[in-house]
Amino acid sequence: MTGPRATTRTLWPWLIGLAGLVVLLVLPLGLARYGLYILSMWAVMTIAAIGLNLTLGYAGQVSLAQGAFVGIGAYAGAIATTNGLPFIAGLALAIVLCFVVGWLLGYPALRVQHHYLAFITLAFSTLAFLVFRNEEWLTKGIYGITDVPRPRIFGLSTDGPLAFYYFCLASLGLVSLATWWLIRSPWGRAFVALRENPVRALSLGVDTRRYTLIAFALGSVLGGIAGALYAPLVEFVDPTPFTLTLSFNLLMMVIVGGSGFFFGPFLGALISVLLPEWLRFAHGYYLMLYAIFVMALLAWSPTGILGIVQKLIADRRTRRASATRAAATATFTAEKSS
Amino acid sequence: MTRVLEVSDLHKSFGGITAVDGVSFHVEQGEILGIIGPNGCGKSTLFNCILGQLKPSRGEVKLDGEVVTGLKPHEINRRGVSRTFQLLQVFPQLSVRENLILAGQEHQGGMLSRLVGPRDAGLGDVAEQMIGFFNLGHLADEMAGGLSYGQQKLLDAAMAFMGGPRLVLLDEPAGGVNLTMLADLKQRLAAINAEQGATFVVIEHNMDFVMSLCTRVLVLAEGRVLAEGTPAEVRADANVIAAYLGH
Repeated sequence: MTGPRATTRTLWPWLIGLAGLVVLLVLPLGLARYGLYILSMWAVMTIAAIGLNLTLGYAGQVSLAQGAFVGIGAYAGAIATTNGLPFIAGLALAIVLCFVVGWLLGYPALRVQHHYLAFITLAFSTLAFLVFRNEEWLTKGIYGITDVPRPRIFGLSTDGPLAFYYFCLASLGLVSLATWWLIRSPWGRAFVALRENPVRALSLGVDTRRYTLIAFALGSVLGGIAGALYAPLVEFVDPTPFTLTLSFNLLMMVIVGGSGFFFGPFLGALISVLLPEWLRFAHGYYLMLYAIFVMALLAWSPTGILGIVQKLIADRRTRRASATRAAATATFTAEKSS
Repeated sequence: MTRVLEVSDLHKSFGGITAVDGVSFHVEQGEILGIIGPNGCGKSTLFNCILGQLKPSRGEVKLDGEVVTGLKPHEINRRGVSRTFQLLQVFPQLSVRENLILAGQEHQGGMLSRLVGPRDAGLGDVAEQMIGFFNLGHLADEMAGGLSYGQQKLLDAAMAFMGGPRLVLLDEPAGGVNLTMLADLKQRLAAINAEQGATFVVIEHNMDFVMSLCTRVLVLAEGRVLAEGTPAEVRADANVIAAYLGH
């Protein structure tokens, strides 16, 4: 009885994902340079938001440092590739660096939670920004690192905007598949347990300490990967994009899209990256409109846009179940009276 | 007979309050030990000290003759000791099946195999059996948070058995459960005890439940052991009657 229903329920996300993929593959063919840049930026920010969704949405650990990890990844990639190393070396450096720093940033989470943890990660974010700006011997300070090269993938150049967009999209695809695997593995289940009831999880043998550190490290790694892609996308890295604002923006993407939903970051990043473009007619009022939208959305549905979708589906299931029940009762009464 | 659990001279104080004041007892393999006593007599604190959730101020806890005092809760759990809590503790956003798999997955394989290995950690069949055994079949794919209180209580108990424990500590399993479901639960516990030789320690206020299920009963009052014996002995004990009825 549960069989077919379970199948249709797990089939829907795949169908929507497939439709989205077709749009993402075909749409850019008709886009100009700027449009491709925006779409590439969406793919890059989605990767970073997927990372934060892992740490915050699944494992329940608040972090205001995801922007700093994008910065660490961007600098790692830019410094490596401008010194003649291939893209893959810069990416590896970004991954290792973010894993280690993310793991270390997880330690405070073993002692404090919620807004206290938010403040610790916020302080870390500020610290990272100061390193980007002040350590000129490494980062070139406010002048930034120019001429970050775009990678060659399997001998193919990604210099053109369309090629680089497809490169970003493929990276997003790989990250999505890996994350999909992760959240459905026992690790993902342990992350949710960490979020919902760490005391009970501990009593079931879940090493909550280790999973907390892993959640931080893996979420940070995705921030680093996004950064390593950001550098060649913009072809220039300076400290200004990696202020606290980026961390808040990424947090907003996760929450607006739907924290703890697989597709939440895709949607949240879409709104955050595209809305300024759509609201161009509003000029200076765009941020006000965005702020009002976020306030209204979260007051109505604290679980974001996908929270609304889930509620609609649940309501429909309930209505269908009551209809079946009513029909069954009617048949039963009819049989009894005959 | 082997001693699965041995607690000696356990103390726990919170500031000026002594919640557990020199408790000693042991549990034999295959036994169902009941722990009763008035509210605030230190029963739950005793559980928390045994299971590593709290650090005892003094005293020792041994599992199979090995000292485990000071170990972390998950380390004690992985040695085959599981528990339920007084207040409901299921994971509301996981399905019934996922709750059960989670409850056993950390007992399977290593950390890496839990990432690259099968999604159900090889526990799909065990979970299915447990779902059948606790009559949760029609709810297997529902979110645990959507279940009724009694159903969640059954799930909570079922989760305690997923790791294949030798010793299970149940903190008020009957609280808030209706009579039919209570009889159901009692029957399930007795069956697991008889078939798998699992050992239980049960904290409970429901006297009928304790007296009919347990082979031995420990009575606590003000953090100390007031009496110990078979249900019949305890029921006849003058001290127990005084503590419960006030003379």
